[in-house]
Amino acid sequence: MSSSSLTSVGRHVLSITVDNHAGVLSRVSGLFSRRGYNIDSLSVGETENPKISRITVAVTCDDIICEQIRKQVDKLVDVRKVTELPQETGVYRELALIKISVNAYNRMDIIGIAGVFRADVVDVSPESVMLEITGDERKISALMRLMEPYGIISAARTGMTALGRGDY
Amino acid sequence: MATVTLNGSEILIETLLEHGVSDVFGYPGGAVLNIYDALYKYRDRITHYLTAHEQGAAHAADGYARATGKAGVCIATSGPGATNLVTGIATAYMDSVPLIAVTGNVAKPLLGKDSFQEVDTTGITMPITKHNFIVKDIEKLAETVRRAFYIALSGRPGPVLVDITKDVTAAEYPYERREPRKISPETDSVTEEDLAEAARLISEAKRPLIYAGGGVISANAADLLKKFAEKIDAPVALTLMGLGAFPDDSPRFTGMVGMHGTKTSNMAVMECDLLIAAGARFSDRVISDVRKFAQEAKVLHLDVDAAEINKNVMTESQVIGDLGEVIKRLLGRLPEMSHKAWLERVGGLKAAYPLPLFEKEDALRPPALLRAVREVMRGAAVTTDVGQHQIWAGQYLGAGFPRGFISSGGLGTMGFGLGAAIGASVARGKRLAVNITGDGSFRMNCVELATAADYKLPVVDIIMNNHALGMVRQWQELFYGGRFSQTDLSRTAADFVKLAEAFGCRGFRIKDAAEARDVLREARASAEGGVPAVVDCWISSDEKVYPMVPPGESIDKVILGE
Repeated sequence: MSSSSLTSVGRHVLSITVDNHAGVLSRVSGLFSRRGYNIDSLSVGETENPKISRITVAVTCDDIICEQIRKQVDKLVDVRKVTELPQETGVYRELALIKISVNAYNRMDIIGIAGVFRADVVDVSPESVMLEITGDERKISALMRLMEPYGIISAARTGMTALGRGDY
Repeated sequence: MATVTLNGSEILIETLLEHGVSDVFGYPGGAVLNIYDALYKYRDRITHYLTAHEQGAAHAADGYARATGKAGVCIATSGPGATNLVTGIATAYMDSVPLIAVTGNVAKPLLGKDSFQEVDTTGITMPITKHNFIVKDIEKLAETVRRAFYIALSGRPGPVLVDITKDVTAAEYPYERREPRKISPETDSVTEEDLAEAARLISEAKRPLIYAGGGVISANAADLLKKFAEKIDAPVALTLMGLGAFPDDSPRFTGMVGMHGTKTSNMAVMECDLLIAAGARFSDRVISDVRKFAQEAKVLHLDVDAAEINKNVMTESQVIGDLGEVIKRLLGRLPEMSHKAWLERVGGLKAAYPLPLFEKEDALRPPALLRAVREVMRGAAVTTDVGQHQIWAGQYLGAGFPRGFISSGGLGTMGFGLGAAIGASVARGKRLAVNITGDGSFRMNCVELATAADYKLPVVDIIMNNHALGMVRQWQELFYGGRFSQTDLSRTAADFVKLAEAFGCRGFRIKDAAEARDVLREARASAEGGVPAVVDCWISSDEKVYPMVPPGESIDKVILGE
């Protein structure tokens, strides 16, 4: 027999459409945890059809494990379809809310940086501003790195969601 | 068919009847009072077997399903009733058994309030069911039960749990009888390319070996497997779960494969150039060290479950779909083949390394005892518990027919056998079922003797009593320096003969090989006369299961033993 061929470990994004039943998220996430697949990011929400939700899961693993995950997820009764989105053909987005500590001197700097990232200022108080940013994970991470020196009070990231481009 | 208004419990029973259910196993309780009231009303159409413990009900339903291929049904109340089913459901899940577990739960307004006997049954059973449901609306009840049967029986079978809140079991709703959805063999995934590639690999092989598992039994494909083996002229090794899938008196049969496989099977795996896995899943108990498994061979995997492909062992090629259909289509593409030299080689191994029988000895030895069981208990369904006796049963007793060997292969559940024997006996029209057990396993669930006695079921328990937890003891002796930690049962040994009698069964004891046949005949007669029998067979605690592959070794590194 061929021993397990070595394939490189990489990022895989699975787009899973599921029947919008109670407990379906725990079925999917439970499968990942009990089979030892690590989830990097997970997001879930309704599709154009309110009876169907889309779960977007990012995992770091080799191709063989990814194939196993795909097939195991596909066996769940509530799962309609599992698609792996290749890097090039997918649009990947995440939303983050970042609350940054500010003072009268640096507030405008922060708002300026936010502008470069096309992040919206959604709340301003005497001691903080809150930014809302949408983009791929790298863009959000880059903004957060830039904000770190000012002091990030708290941040909330939604996890990645994605769709294939064109006919994909 | 006219629509009638029934309560939820009656709708449940009606939908069970739609699916041809005639027997259920269970245990009543608060949350299923309404269901039990309906069972009372329907008692002429559906027989409920009251077990001593919910776990026994789950194993009985499992044994019923394995003996027939039909779905087995068990019923339990909420809370502890449901949790007592858990081991039984997990057992069925690991061995792909179509089990329907019906549980009651507290009324909908009490859900999530830590109510009396409330537990999150669907949450607990999520990872051990093929699917599960909670029914909180009466209008969804009938359709949910129908779906449960479809899911349990289609594709790769598995257990499905339906949890029903108590208010739903009382609520009234219109019911109309429906014919069950037809389940056809899974063929959508069978592709022409896969079949062509499989046929090519088979026709090019010089030393093909078929390694067949429980999937052949589930697919009712034993006859086709035999034709297949003959046509391609290949030897056949079986897994424990596959016993019964191929006649064990055939010269092609090499015995079990893997950790306790025969030297012949394991050598054949290492020497073959094409390993055809049919309805088998390359369990760690078969492959041992994956890097050293079947190194000379290409692997062709035939299975109904796509997720089994490349899970444990990387395959060259596969055909995914119902095994019977796949073999049928392959047969149509393959010529009659001949592998004389290879079959001779395998025959030579068989002659050189037979399983020892010890038939001439005075002491009661497992092989001779099980050969006597095989002879005296002919026609019986065999169930087992888990441990040394289980492997000996696989080696020396085997299955008289497909679905005739019922054992917890995947989960390895001690205490499985008696419940399973009860279910198997009921499923086969109250015919003889023989549970091969050990003293450790037996005392885990021996309370089900009460069930067997109550329903006068022809069940014989054969306890291979070594006054020890033999399999663990064997490992302790071979790999843990003889430190027998907590495996000696002699101090707490029960008198199984008296125990049997206390439950209204008959107890027998065998200590010498010479008396085995006579006592077994008497035990059979008792059981078939309506008094279940327990035969306490005393064997040495130093008996070991051989052949054995030490953990982590390549499977041809077999310890043959004596």
